[in-house]
Amino acid sequence: MGEFIVTEKLTKFYGTVQAVQDLDLQIHSGEIFGFLGPNGAGKTTTIRVMTTLTKPTSGSVRINGFDVVNEPDKVKNVIGVVQQHLSLDRDLTVRENMEFHARLHHLGAAERKKRISELLEYVELADCANRMVDTLSGGMKKRAAIVCSLLHEPKVLFLDEPTVGLDAQGRRRLWDLVRRLNLDGTTIFLTTHYIEEAEALCHRVGIMHHGHLIALDTPEALRKKLGAVAVETLVDNKETRYRFFADRAAAARYVQTLPPNAGTVIIRDSNLEDVFVEQTGEKVGGA
Amino acid sequence: MLNALKDVYSVLWVDLRNLRRHWRSTLATSLVQPILYLVAFGYGLGGGINVGGVSYLAFVIPGIVALTSFSASFNGAASKLQVDRFFYKSFDEFLMSPVSLYSIVVGKALIGVVRGLISSGAILLVGFILSPTLMVNPLLLLVLFTSCFVFALFGVLIALVINSHQGMSTFSNLVMLPMTFLCGTFFSLSQLPEAAKAMLYVLPLTHSSESVRAAALGQPFPWLSFLALLGFGIGFFIGCIVALKKASV
Repeated sequence: MGEFIVTEKLTKFYGTVQAVQDLDLQIHSGEIFGFLGPNGAGKTTTIRVMTTLTKPTSGSVRINGFDVVNEPDKVKNVIGVVQQHLSLDRDLTVRENMEFHARLHHLGAAERKKRISELLEYVELADCANRMVDTLSGGMKKRAAIVCSLLHEPKVLFLDEPTVGLDAQGRRRLWDLVRRLNLDGTTIFLTTHYIEEAEALCHRVGIMHHGHLIALDTPEALRKKLGAVAVETLVDNKETRYRFFADRAAAARYVQTLPPNAGTVIIRDSNLEDVFVEQTGEKVGGA
Repeated sequence: MLNALKDVYSVLWVDLRNLRRHWRSTLATSLVQPILYLVAFGYGLGGGINVGGVSYLAFVIPGIVALTSFSASFNGAASKLQVDRFFYKSFDEFLMSPVSLYSIVVGKALIGVVRGLISSGAILLVGFILSPTLMVNPLLLLVLFTSCFVFALFGVLIALVINSHQGMSTFSNLVMLPMTFLCGTFFSLSQLPEAAKAMLYVLPLTHSSESVRAAALGQPFPWLSFLALLGFGIGFFIGCIVALKKASV
């Protein structure tokens, strides 16, 4: 597996506000990488630098071997980007939006036509091709945005908070699409602040906090590092305390030691959210 | 070069699609003002007046044509770009594509040119019917096209540097409205004191209305004004590129 995206000491300041600090990150070719963190952690800034929209203050990003600052055109040919907010022209139909993206990426007329009909099938939007974007459901709009980013067959797809605002069905359908794209060879870089999304989809996750990368591994390994089993104790009916253990036996031994009036005790598998909270002392989502 | 032109067309294409869907209301809106001016000033006020040997109606029509090229081109380019930036949020898609900044600027300006030419062409047609002394000649068409292009680039520039709808309406009231009335559209600058004249020659619409009027009435053509207009165009274009480069910092 090659390194498809490599950042070295990537740093970005907006004025005096530091958005990202000394980020060293390697994204492998063919993986689904999840970039986790609360709002304002520096995820979107990192994506904006990777996708040539913003210049880094210092440090570098190389995608497929090309530097994003010095060779942006070569980078643009291999990246597809789906922004957090919908970025379609809502006065046009789905097909027109696709044609627009295909034109911007220099696809010839015959190729455009072929690619558009293939992709509409692929994301199951063929029936809605001639509908105005504004008349689509949230999940369909998101798939339309994804399909627009795929026209030039990017090698890596950036998805910034792809499921924000979607209902449960829309979200699962989108997850399936992401998995399918990945199986068909596209490297995926996605940001999310939904922990279960990262757990469901990602081969590896990185956790950002105040512009720093504070953890980087597979979800499984991160959980194991913390302790695979969590014990939640509700103290005085108002405060929940968490302890983590390597296995259930160790957790059970701990529970035995609790006083009888300890309140509600829950033993469960630990999850990524536990990892994040322990690492940062904060709930994801900025609560 | 050929590829750059193709890119320009790709950028324009999406706005043309949009226009095709809304052309009736777009055209109607952009014609209300000039027609009101034509009626109020051309007929109402200026019925019996002569300006430099021509009827006031014949004098004012080219001014209104220049004004229309200004407002329709400026608004046509600026409003679509602002919608792209703040409402559809689709402008980043241009920046993330392999299309160069130059092609983006020209492509985004061209929708203003198209709308400016349609609207000012319509007014010209009306004017031609009302005042047969007007001449439609290649020079007039050249000046009109240049005006539309310059003002569309102006619109792109302003839409890139002003980051809110509030700011746009402030700009439109503080800059565009005074230009509408002062830049030689409704009266001849020769009546003004030198200082006022000098100030008005700093504004591009003054050069546009003088050039359009001279071409339409067959008067000696003010090539210097035409050059000044081109100069404004180049300045606006450079401004757009600088604004776009700054945006990615």
